[in-house]
Amino acid sequence: MTDRDERKSKILGLVAEFNKKGIAVAEDTRFAQDLEWDSLTVMDFVAAVEDEFDIIITMNRAAEIETVGSLIDAVGELQGQ
Amino acid sequence: MTAEPGKAAPAGGASDLFDKFQPMIDIRENLLSTGVTDPFSLVMERVESPTVAICNGKRTILLGTYNYMGQTFDPDVLAAGKQALDEFGSGTTGSRVLNGTYQGHRECEEALKRFYGMDHAMVFSTGYQANLGIISTMAGKDDYVILDIDSHASIYDGCALGNAQIVAFRHNDVEALEKRLKRLPAEAGKLVVLEGVYSMLGDVAPLKEMVAISKAHGAMVLVDEAHSMGFIGPNGRGVAEEQGVLDDVDFVIGTFSKSVGTVGGFCVSNHPKFEILRLVCRPYVFTASLPPSVVATAAVSIDKLRDAKDKRDHLWANSRRLHGGLKELGFTLGTETPQSAIIAVIMPDLEKGAAMWEALLQEGLYVNLARPPATPAGMTLLRCSLCALHSEQQVGEILGMFEAAGKRVGVI
Repeated sequence: MTDRDERKSKILGLVAEFNKKGIAVAEDTRFAQDLEWDSLTVMDFVAAVEDEFDIIITMNRAAEIETVGSLIDAVGELQGQ
Repeated sequence: MTAEPGKAAPAGGASDLFDKFQPMIDIRENLLSTGVTDPFSLVMERVESPTVAICNGKRTILLGTYNYMGQTFDPDVLAAGKQALDEFGSGTTGSRVLNGTYQGHRECEEALKRFYGMDHAMVFSTGYQANLGIISTMAGKDDYVILDIDSHASIYDGCALGNAQIVAFRHNDVEALEKRLKRLPAEAGKLVVLEGVYSMLGDVAPLKEMVAISKAHGAMVLVDEAHSMGFIGPNGRGVAEEQGVLDDVDFVIGTFSKSVGTVGGFCVSNHPKFEILRLVCRPYVFTASLPPSVVATAAVSIDKLRDAKDKRDHLWANSRRLHGGLKELGFTLGTETPQSAIIAVIMPDLEKGAAMWEALLQEGLYVNLARPPATPAGMTLLRCSLCALHSEQQVGEILGMFEAAGKRVGVI
């Protein structure tokens, strides 16, 4: 399993915890349009991702992350910093 | 559809820049179609006192203003404003750094320094501009602003105007703040932005813990005390004073439009280099200064707030009684205990909230109807803001009005 696969598996697990509507999730799933999360849910999800990977995702950075796939890549970049 | 002369309209239902507002237009139209009065178009035809106005021809008790200390009709405050209007004219027509600094602006800043016991004070034209200016100026590129998710719009807009990295944490969560501070680069510039009282639910921040943690991680701390000035703390300096951490706060932001009773904003600080902000802070430099009459009323009002212990005591008594009374009637409130002059009554949804707001108005009581996006977690609430000049009898009347309206609308 590559590092990316491992990150993907952890992130999909976290998405599932917040995916109350049971929407099918893939790498191209969009957080705002597809998962229909409100701002509080987004914040809690971001906090959960930060805790899992011990990173900070600023609001500036979060605004650029639209899909599950882009989050997997962004977490990788942030861990590498 | 033909546009009226001089008014352009998109041809044939074509989309235009207004499309993004359509969801809000729909919500408003749906609400008004139920026959409810527009909650955002109230006009006060006559204002009789800080606690009573004539609205729609009817005597109305005001429970939705920020006139916490009832200073708007104080005779000394009014006299100072009238004198300044006569002696200095109706406006300065200029920026503070050009022709817009009059003796009154200096006196107002001196009054703020006396009030907070701080070395520096800078008066802005509004409280909104004070947050906009200080946050965007202090936190530059590669710096971090760490803020509570429920922060006021002016704080978010200050972040948007600057270039800093923005990090939000869950409302009033000390552990969440600490976790984020720990993860930030040790060498980065950091500004933690907190509020003493959060305006929607009227709840107070755990500043003692949060300020200590922020300082331990090398962050500067800004506390917005807009909703606590004059009322909370032994000298009315706010929640930071009440919790014993005022000396560790780098910037206190406040407003004249609440307890002071006029309009304007300010920042006070003990930082030795503070005065440079007068030249580098764009929302201070590139706007007209406050009219002389406004700063004159503010200066007198601020001085009077220092010695207003009796008013503070009476306002606390009002807050405890209204909070307890509403709870007893069966309303759901934003806080378990009375924490400030704001008491938020949670409504099940926007329709019931608007109906309750209108029923209260018919009873002769004005409160604020607050709804998303201004409120946290999608809540609709009726926000009650008490005034030190509400009499015991008025608080009794208010409770009676809530009981009658609540039963009529089916909220209790």
